[in-house]
Amino acid sequence: MNPKTLIPRREFLGASGVLTGLIAAGSPLALLAPGRAWALELKALSSSEGATLMSVARTLAPHDRLDDAAYALVIQSVDADAARDPGTLTMLREGIRRLGSSFATEPETARVHALTALEGSDFFKTMRTKTLGVLYATPMAYAYFGYEGEAFSKGGYLLRGFNDLHWLPEVPLADSGPVPGA
Amino acid sequence: MAQISHDDSGAVVIIGSGAGGGTLAHELTRRGIKVVLIEAGARQSLATFSQVPGDAFAQLTWLEPRTFSGSSTVGIDYPTLPSWTCKTVGGTTVHWTGATPRIRPWEVKSRSTYGDLKGASLIDWPIDYAELEHYYDLAEKRMVVTRRNGVPGLPASSHFKVLYNGARRIGYKHVHTNYMAINTRPADGRGLCIQQGFCVQGCKTGAKWSTLYTEIPRAEATGNLDLRIECRAARIEHGANGLVTGVVYRDADGKEQRQKARIVCVACNSVETARLLLLSESARFPKGLANSSDQVGRNYCSHTGGFVWGLFDKPIHFWRGTTLAGIVEDETRHDPGRGFSGGYHLELAALDLPSLPLAGLPSTLWGRDLAFILEHYRNMAGIFINGEDMPRDTNRITLNPRVKDGFGLPVANIHVDEHENTTAMRAHAQRQSKALYEAVGAIRVVASRQTPATHNMCTARMSKDPADGVANGYGQTHDIRNLFISDGSALSTPGSANPTLTIVALALRQAEFISNQMGAHSI
Repeated sequence: MNPKTLIPRREFLGASGVLTGLIAAGSPLALLAPGRAWALELKALSSSEGATLMSVARTLAPHDRLDDAAYALVIQSVDADAARDPGTLTMLREGIRRLGSSFATEPETARVHALTALEGSDFFKTMRTKTLGVLYATPMAYAYFGYEGEAFSKGGYLLRGFNDLHWLPEVPLADSGPVPGA
Repeated sequence: MAQISHDDSGAVVIIGSGAGGGTLAHELTRRGIKVVLIEAGARQSLATFSQVPGDAFAQLTWLEPRTFSGSSTVGIDYPTLPSWTCKTVGGTTVHWTGATPRIRPWEVKSRSTYGDLKGASLIDWPIDYAELEHYYDLAEKRMVVTRRNGVPGLPASSHFKVLYNGARRIGYKHVHTNYMAINTRPADGRGLCIQQGFCVQGCKTGAKWSTLYTEIPRAEATGNLDLRIECRAARIEHGANGLVTGVVYRDADGKEQRQKARIVCVACNSVETARLLLLSESARFPKGLANSSDQVGRNYCSHTGGFVWGLFDKPIHFWRGTTLAGIVEDETRHDPGRGFSGGYHLELAALDLPSLPLAGLPSTLWGRDLAFILEHYRNMAGIFINGEDMPRDTNRITLNPRVKDGFGLPVANIHVDEHENTTAMRAHAQRQSKALYEAVGAIRVVASRQTPATHNMCTARMSKDPADGVANGYGQTHDIRNLFISDGSALSTPGSANPTLTIVALALRQAEFISNQMGAHSI
């Protein structure tokens, strides 16, 4: 889930497929990734299969302003599973076949319709679990949703805003407790 | 640390090092009793706790397979993780949130109080509340519980301000930052809470009580504890007289070992405790150990549970601050006028971003609906419902012969068809939580369904009548006087309180009993 796995574009030897993209100017990811143009090597899936699954991930968890690169990390994880397990690859290819070759270029309503028809299938469940499990654990998602992650190394939030909400009345001391050091 | 010989038949063997087993180990060893403590997991420390949510989960959680059957939505939303327990030294006291409310007086007399509810297998506890209270006092002092014994409460986080104001506006009176075994000032050789919000990943400051860095090192310091980590109990053996004689386990290298014992105490968390008793079947005990009543594994309870999330149009940053430091106590009453028996707590709860979509929302959510919720992550507030679940003798742990663990032993199957009382209670709690959040301006409120239980209880319950349960009021099994139940399995009914405080209180009481019985040569 490290953005360093997004490597600058180059020739890939032995890769089955490749996903490529550009990081939006001003994206928090621009600070994390090695360059604006990125490419990601696929071991088991072809480029077009990868593109279809990218679109599936975007349809399952549509955050319009979240970089494609975050979704690419979902597909990288799915691809790694497919490379390890032929049964997974077969299951993914069957799902991709049922979605149809034009899925990635269809409007969202059509994509939602196509995915709804597959709800309950192993393909749908796998893609939903993978998308949700990987996408929101990426540094891109942390930055996008404002989640601050690990805080021990910064001394927690005791002196960094754990109680800085001021749009509601304060809690009486009898129902809470003193802030240490305050 | 002691080294106790495998052939030493004078030792007490405790299986599991969590709230029950870890506390019991300390209490026995400080009285001069030799203890072998068998723990399936590895030993972490404040320094080794991962602070990457997914890695921390993998580091602490029991991830070996369990199966699930029954109509509960847990099987739909969490098919690969039907219960959430730990495999690490300290057990679930490493990932717990530190919440320590007490069981309510009428909850230990639930059968008498609620009557004969159809489809439920309620019993009264074989212990008077007044007696339990004494041990609650001892446990609260030991764990330095806030808002008890003059210990100040935790300060109000931004997240708690939302819960507090909403609760007050809909008329609740008993709302505060919860009873927590989390230090608000340095005490007990442990640091204070710095409001980092990583309670369930393992507390890096040790502000949260855990047997990992309190009871277990203190037991080691007595010179009477032999802690054996990464060791998996496979069966408990007995002799011709029907008393248990020792424990067969696989050590860290997978090699079979046999430890003799004067007494065996089982504290593996409710699912694995029942599984181990069932796995220990023999010609003499064909249904498993301590199971002449056929009650082992039955009456499995978690709590009436689930999350309720309030979405707002202003920031809250609910991940900042102690995860569960907030409670509404007003609904912990028996008032059948609400449409159900027993009661529930509403507790403050936050989830880290990676965990929220899969752990905190129903598996039916995806697309724009899901995205809308996540887009409000900064502006979210959360409640965890913790209410009394209704026991049923058909909700039970059994051995699944079709799925084996790495040693070829059948895994546990958890079967739950939720009692209608539990369903009605959850619906009420969800309605109240929605009203609470809307009273402070929520733009949307969304609820999860039942979540995988870390509160697993009652599968080897204490009962006055040996036909109704597995153990007496001291956790001593009805069938075998030197075999004890020392974890949440022993609770006669679940009550509406997070169980750790009650498990510790019962462990303190059981340690006195075992020590006295050993002294009198009764065991």
